[in-house]
Amino acid sequence: MTFPLEHPSLWLILGLGILFGVFLEAGGLGSPRKLVAQLNMRDWTVFKVMFTAIVVAAGALLVSEQVGLLAGAQLKVQTPFYWAMAAGGALLGIGMAVGGYCPGTAVVGLLTGRLDALFFIVGMVGGVLIFANYCDAFQGLFFAGMGNERETLASLSSLPGWLILLGLVALAWAGFHFSAQFESRGDGVIEAKNLTD
Amino acid sequence: MTKPTPRNFLSPLIVGFGLGGTLYLSFLLTGHGLGAYGFFRDLTASMASWVKPFWTAENTFLLTFLYEDGPLSTWIAWEVAGIGVGALAGSLAAHRFRFKIERGPRTSSATRLVFAVFGGVLTGLGATLARGCTSGLGLSGGAVLSAGAFVFLVAFFLAGVLVSTFSKRLWR
Repeated sequence: MTFPLEHPSLWLILGLGILFGVFLEAGGLGSPRKLVAQLNMRDWTVFKVMFTAIVVAAGALLVSEQVGLLAGAQLKVQTPFYWAMAAGGALLGIGMAVGGYCPGTAVVGLLTGRLDALFFIVGMVGGVLIFANYCDAFQGLFFAGMGNERETLASLSSLPGWLILLGLVALAWAGFHFSAQFESRGDGVIEAKNLTD
Repeated sequence: MTKPTPRNFLSPLIVGFGLGGTLYLSFLLTGHGLGAYGFFRDLTASMASWVKPFWTAENTFLLTFLYEDGPLSTWIAWEVAGIGVGALAGSLAAHRFRFKIERGPRTSSATRLVFAVFGGVLTGLGATLARGCTSGLGLSGGAVLSAGAFVFLVAFFLAGVLVSTFSKRLWR
């Protein structure tokens, strides 16, 4: 077992961030109009990118653990707070529908010249401050629905990880398949040349 | 002078494989995934401590995110800096960089910016409640099949799709 590294250097993490930024930008995920077009079911790029990335990473991690390259027990798995995470997820969904970004894509938006991303980021700072100022009032929701430590879909369902992965692959395939029908209707996928005006 | 035509985006499948590979490398090398929200949370805590040091020192939430070496000493600060560098370099190379306020054709710049702040506030609040954002919880949690991550993702898409039926006018 050699991975994960005990003390990964910050330069290495900078490099990972650069790759992350390059791919988000190359997919068009720095554009709020493209991100919102997913929520309008017009352009399925966000779904395709996210589901492919999850399936690829999850598959590679499972294999790496199987062959003994990686200590799976050392990977970070969040303790679920189901209601807090559902409420938070819903707020991010609404935040994207009206604000056009999520935290990571706002960074991409800003560094590709979009002033609206800066305003979104200022808003985010405000949101964190609101939570901090009323943190006593938010305590109940913040800890709502706590689950087991390191709970995964596999441990929750007592099914093997590879079977869950297979299910996700099937779901991704279905998404790719059916999204084509949505994308061929109406205005279709947003391309880079649609965003120059 | 006319600007060169922007190169079109890569196919979502290629981007998904690239992003998935990056996410895998991140887990392999560091033990955790990729994120973004955590940097803005840490930044907020630092800014609050400059402006209102006593209030911040007594705030049980913000106090946790003040670091001895400042908000730029954490791994997530370096990662978010990387996102910026990568996005800038990529958009310049593909002629996609444009100074603008991106908005729908029927939305004024002022309206767009007001809604950007409003969406940002909801996002800051939401990511704090969820303990992560679309990348840090959704994508990274998804890669390790975290149960909480999938609850988050389903809620994110359901609420987003529902509300965007009302906010459509802002964008088209």
